[in-house]
Amino acid sequence: MRKVFSRPESLRDVPFHYCPGCTHGVIHRLVAEVIDELGVRDIAVGVGPVGCSVFTYEYFDCDMFQGSHGRAPAVATGIKRVLPDRVVFTYQGDGDLAAIGTGEIVHAAARGEKFTVIFVNNAIYAMTGGQMAPTTLLGQVTKTTPYGRDKEINGFPVKICEMLAPLDGSAYLARVAVHNPKNIINAKKAIKKAFQVQLDGLGFALVEVLSACPTNWGLDPASAMRWLAENMIPYYPLGEYKTPGRTL
Amino acid sequence: MSRVLMKGNEAIGEGAVQAGCRYFFGYPITPQSELTHYLAKRLPEVGGLYMQAESEVASINMVYGAAGAGARVMTSSSGPGISLMQEGISYLAGAELPCVIVNMMRGGPGLGNIAPSQSDYFQATRGGGHGDYRTITLAPNSVQEIIDMMKKAFDLADKYRNPVILMADGVMGQMMEPVDLDDEAPAPEVVSKTWAADGMKGRGHKNIINSLYVVPEELERHNRELGRKYAEIEAREVMLEEYRLDGAEVALVAFGTTSRVCRAVVERARSRGIPAGLIRPIALWPFPYDFIAAVAAGVKCFLVVEMNMGQMVEDVQMAVKGLVPVHFYGRCGGMVPAAGDVLKEVETIWRGGGEQK
Amino acid sequence: MPKVTFREERCKACELCASVCPKKIITMAGHINEMGYHPATVKEQEKCTGCAMCALICPDLVIEVEKEEKAG
Repeated sequence: MRKVFSRPESLRDVPFHYCPGCTHGVIHRLVAEVIDELGVRDIAVGVGPVGCSVFTYEYFDCDMFQGSHGRAPAVATGIKRVLPDRVVFTYQGDGDLAAIGTGEIVHAAARGEKFTVIFVNNAIYAMTGGQMAPTTLLGQVTKTTPYGRDKEINGFPVKICEMLAPLDGSAYLARVAVHNPKNIINAKKAIKKAFQVQLDGLGFALVEVLSACPTNWGLDPASAMRWLAENMIPYYPLGEYKTPGRTL
Repeated sequence: MSRVLMKGNEAIGEGAVQAGCRYFFGYPITPQSELTHYLAKRLPEVGGLYMQAESEVASINMVYGAAGAGARVMTSSSGPGISLMQEGISYLAGAELPCVIVNMMRGGPGLGNIAPSQSDYFQATRGGGHGDYRTITLAPNSVQEIIDMMKKAFDLADKYRNPVILMADGVMGQMMEPVDLDDEAPAPEVVSKTWAADGMKGRGHKNIINSLYVVPEELERHNRELGRKYAEIEAREVMLEEYRLDGAEVALVAFGTTSRVCRAVVERARSRGIPAGLIRPIALWPFPYDFIAAVAAGVKCFLVVEMNMGQMVEDVQMAVKGLVPVHFYGRCGGMVPAAGDVLKEVETIWRGGGEQK
Repeated sequence: MPKVTFREERCKACELCASVCPKKIITMAGHINEMGYHPATVKEQEKCTGCAMCALICPDLVIEVEKEEKAG
């Protein structure tokens, strides 16, 4: 008998604090599997955000930083500039990266910082209890948009991959989803490419992962996956937005 | 050893390079521009990196990353920019990361102006950001002292794993003085940073740079450990200069630019028969409470001179504990106290008509 | 024959595994685990094809899948 599926070494054997059906666990696992497969655990340095995934330093079994809200790309810049031969990654949510940290992510991409960003987009502020995020869809009900997100008040959802693609410093940009096994397999491929782009020194790499928050969406996990497929993917199309040398 | 003429701002840069600092992250602001110009040119010469960030917020977080990765790293700014950095400084203090932050103080509040000021004393010596922490705060008063102090600043930062703030102002930054440069100084000792998160590389365990302690008992333990560290710094790192305190009955207290003015005031007061002396705190935190308390036992009064509406004077009052009167003379908005005006104040106080703070 | 094992103390009963199992052989157990959830379980192990869909979507790494070594 051969194990075809087991826990990656780069993930500590501790229970996640996430809610039932939260896809942070899936994304953590994919990142850890990629670190294992590339054999870079000993030289990996990760930066966690503020938000639900604030405890990433407890989960990834490699050197980790806990960064302040939105500033992970600046922290990662400091690390990578001091240690250019290490593999540096950030793990950030949508409030962290696409609201308070827009300045940092845009300029890290513009500078072509050679690290990898895992951007988890679940269209909501989850840790603080379900408020509107920059990526909340129009009409989506949250605790701070009880009548649905109104474009007249809140404007439009931010599309990060599309926004970063024109910057010459960004080398790899992809949007994936983790709502079913097929997409999870694709998500891992994109994450692996984003790390490989860093190893090859080609520039800034970001993978936006459409993720589910059953708790704050008010749905059971299986329904949340359907909601993601039916509502998020049409607004946030999946695919590679930029690969080294090519904008798609 | 060579003797050269240098601006204060350039001396900070050269002092940092001689201290082994190889990384600078910052954002332009007046009046510290010459420092960044100097380092932008100088750091690449020694294999270092000067990086202009998109904001002060990003700068201080780049410092956080570089410091956590084990480097000697610095940033510099002035009032408004230092305010923007406060969240990051709090994180640096919480995660116990060493770095040097230069504040070339300017007038405030708000945009204020770019003229010399000492109005960020409270911000620097009380922590400045959220939470319960302290930053070692040094205030040089000559270009030579700046050069020597940069090494000290980085050493203290590494020794205590704590941010160190170097406080000066536009006068100090623009001032040109001859300095002795130790060109043949040995390369600074590399401090082993076993705690740095620089990749496990056979270390056998992971390192974490973090300031989050969700369990109340754990955060309290962390706060108490920081408290013990701060107490140790208070016990060991007080730095001051005394000038003509022998037989002094009026003790002036001033730091940085104003201490230069006050030195002249002491001379002129003495020549007029007023026994004046000067205490110059070189470290603003830890503050020389004990020394000032001891002086209080032998003088008639204190005169604190600052370029603000009265900030360090509160520390002097705490040290003096009401034993003798503590007077204050302050100028703001870029106005530098003139020796003649301070002398008049000394004379008024000496005659007994001075207003107490 | 493929084998799927559930580390039931880690299961939060989100049922995502059951929702993606092509053979529909995953159910929630009647008992509760230490965290208070009815953990996922497989009653008809012999029907498992070892496709690992359940393990792929499980957010809590509850599931391990083993398969016969293929010849060659």
